[in-house]
Amino acid sequence: MAEPRSPGRDPAAPPPLRPADVGLSDEEAREIYRLMVLTRALDERMWTLNRQGKAPFVTPARGHEAVQVASARALRVGVDWVVTYYRDWGVALALGVPPYACLLSLLGKHDDPFSGGRQLPGHFSDPARRLLSPSSAVATQIPHAVGLALAARLRGEPSVAIVYFGEGATSEGDFHEAANFAGIHRLPVVFLCENNRYAISVPMALQMPTASVAERAAAYGFPGVRVDGNDPLAVYAATRQAVERARAGEGPTLLEAETYRLLPHSSDDDDRTYRDRAEVAAWEERDPLRSYCARLRALGLWSDADEAALWETVRARIAADAAAAEQAADPPPSDLLTHLYADT
Amino acid sequence: MAELTLLEAVRLALREALAADERVFLIGEDIGKRGGVFRATEGLLAEFGPQRVIDAPIAESAIVGIALGAAAAGMRPVAEIQFADYVHPAADQIINEVAKLRYRSHGAWGCPLVIRMPYGAGVRGGPYHSQSVEALYFHIPGLKLVAPATPRDARGLLRAAIEDPDPVLFFEHKRLYRRVRGEVPDAPECLPLGRAEVRRAGDRATVVAYGAAVHEALAAADILAAEGIAIEVIDLRTLVPLDLDTVLASVRKTNRLLVYHEDTRRGGIGAEIAAAVTEAAFTDLDAPPMRLAAPDCHVPFAASLEAAYLPLAPALVAAVRTLLAY
Repeated sequence: MAEPRSPGRDPAAPPPLRPADVGLSDEEAREIYRLMVLTRALDERMWTLNRQGKAPFVTPARGHEAVQVASARALRVGVDWVVTYYRDWGVALALGVPPYACLLSLLGKHDDPFSGGRQLPGHFSDPARRLLSPSSAVATQIPHAVGLALAARLRGEPSVAIVYFGEGATSEGDFHEAANFAGIHRLPVVFLCENNRYAISVPMALQMPTASVAERAAAYGFPGVRVDGNDPLAVYAATRQAVERARAGEGPTLLEAETYRLLPHSSDDDDRTYRDRAEVAAWEERDPLRSYCARLRALGLWSDADEAALWETVRARIAADAAAAEQAADPPPSDLLTHLYADT
Repeated sequence: MAELTLLEAVRLALREALAADERVFLIGEDIGKRGGVFRATEGLLAEFGPQRVIDAPIAESAIVGIALGAAAAGMRPVAEIQFADYVHPAADQIINEVAKLRYRSHGAWGCPLVIRMPYGAGVRGGPYHSQSVEALYFHIPGLKLVAPATPRDARGLLRAAIEDPDPVLFFEHKRLYRRVRGEVPDAPECLPLGRAEVRRAGDRATVVAYGAAVHEALAAADILAAEGIAIEVIDLRTLVPLDLDTVLASVRKTNRLLVYHEDTRRGGIGAEIAAAVTEAAFTDLDAPPMRLAAPDCHVPFAASLEAAYLPLAPALVAAVRTLLAY
């Protein structure tokens, strides 16, 4: 049984990491925060657009910003392969995907660069950033990352493949098959599990007999590492280490970032039917934006003025992007049959 | 010209592709040291090394999913599924991922891979080494399906499949592997996908077939020819794209259509062709389109039962007589 750990900080724990502890400059640490805020602001706007009836479906990232942004910042954009799942708004933004692109996907617009309005929102795709288009199926993207890593190996390229998935995906056969193959061939893959403790409504205890996802890595012959997914500096350090290990030819790593989704699974879900409000409130106390902002302030890297200016800028940008996206053209019906094959 | 078995022709195509294009690699179960359970990849591990001829664990979904990832990165993977009966664990990857990648990314990503699989009955393989699964994938947009009947086609169409920018399921009838021999040009040859071939000209009825059924149809044509009945035999060669034009041109000449396949009847390739021909050439037909197919049941092991299952040349002769008597 996986006992929920207390979300409060253990007073005996070591002091919080500082940027220099993980090889980040102060400015890079601030940039991670800015991207987390951008992700949050985008998330809030998307939720609002859904509640206004303008966006049919959203899979919110709220609560996952630290793991998504900080892990992506440990990658070499355009060199490393990235395969996401449908909640990874922060990964996309941290790779440099514009919020406008995300909003076009939210509204299913023709210029949605991920899919031309064909996929549900958040199915990130961008060949220039080596961000591979995923489906909505759970865990099918994991062997794709192994194949990308295999191609890098065959071509002698220095690329690492990172694949994101929730802990729910680790129950699927594709997780096992992919991890097994990557372990056998010591491929340059980072398996990044955003463990938010629920597969929609099914809690960890009914998903796995182990207390963690990370311990499964032992069966595949590579390290499994647990990290506080709400601490961006810890996530950055762990991802960096896993990526460097992969790039050095030392094989895969399974990273388990413990986090919590602060909203329902999707805009069609109602988590009040399966999650205790006290549990959600306790994790709200560990909101990664709040805790990271407090740490940057304590280190003298962030001020009230910075905070106010950032939110004002970001909200204005998202509002403008959303307004523009709402005005963007829908896909023409004539587009229905294009790109089924290379010559169509 | 060399005379090769269909199996040798498949191996030739794989060897040529590996030699010609460094993006090509093979992945599948037992394809390395063992050379494949049917020997299609025999000698290729020694010639091209373990980086390009990869023995995979028994994990069909991973074989296809990994091939997709490598294809997206610009490689040209050729996956082998040991028996078509065992492609089912990879159905999610094929249907949800391989078939949809280009469409769902609005053309930003392609998926140039080939999935080879031995299929078909008549070798005492029982329910799990005999299945014909092509109709399942015939229904899925985004895939191409190839089912060669001759060694030359196996070589030329496999080369074309590997070079194709889109995913191709390549069905190799295992009963033909060593039973069929034929001329294969010495020079490398790519045969275009999507073109059927008239294997036997005739004017009384059109028989449309693919794979092993083509050879049964030619045997039936011989029997009927001895009675002065000339039937036209069309080998589809590729199921998707489907060369309906060649079928329609024949039907407009013979005015009778019989679609003949070893796969089961319900929802099969024959149903689609019969419907398409009816829609396009109803007034050219002197009789309702007819299907000869296996009954809607599984493939049994016992010889007597398998013989009852398999529609072979004598059954086709009888079916043609029925069609002509309409």
